[in-house]
Amino acid sequence: MSNEELIIKLKPIVANYAQDKLALEQINLDTDFIKDLKINSANLVDVILDVEEEFDIVIDNESMERMLNVQSAIEIIEAKLARK
Amino acid sequence: MNKEEVLTYLPYTAPFLFVDEILEIDENKVIGSYTFNPSLDFYKGHFKGHPVTPGVILTETMAQIGLVCLGIYLSGNVESGLSRHMMLTSTAIDFIKPVFPGEKVTVHAQKVYFRFKKLNCKVQMLNESGEMVCQGTIAGMVTGKING
Repeated sequence: MSNEELIIKLKPIVANYAQDKLALEQINLDTDFIKDLKINSANLVDVILDVEEEFDIVIDNESMERMLNVQSAIEIIEAKLARK
Repeated sequence: MNKEEVLTYLPYTAPFLFVDEILEIDENKVIGSYTFNPSLDFYKGHFKGHPVTPGVILTETMAQIGLVCLGIYLSGNVESGLSRHMMLTSTAIDFIKPVFPGEKVTVHAQKVYFRFKKLNCKVQMLNESGEMVCQGTIAGMVTGKING
């Protein structure tokens, strides 16, 4: 899956929790879940659980701690998908 | 950790402790009870001459039993390195019946998930007749700081 395709799949997931709708519309690789989308740490957990379900992967604690922006989320999703 | 030990880790005291007893607790659920003392201060103002337990206090009671007690139990057993404070992060509650001063309520909480330090529970409160008083979802996170 290309970065663009992954962002298209990520957007509706984060849309459920993003407080900043303008930042959501402009979502790109540099978008930070907490600083830009104003998602709190509790809802970030829900984003990650929804990502697991959408892509049928399991995110470990170490990966979760790095999943703070779109770029790192995509890297982690791609790595997990490659190992399936 | 047993039921009595969980109670000793609760960070509350009167007039903001809303747990009397834990009846059952395991990795997936907790059942606990509380009796609302008619002398609690908020009854003087909610409402003038017509005391009824505020919904926010019913929510707090469900959070203390369903989220905090279960969170203490789970973080004490599963991830022993974690601190045992729970920070409330979200609630979605429907209120069905009033709870008057002196009523005893029982809270049943079922774990939906406990991952990445976040505990999400389905909670319901029953009165002594076994009628549903309120129900919904409460979530919180294990945190190192007691005051957020």
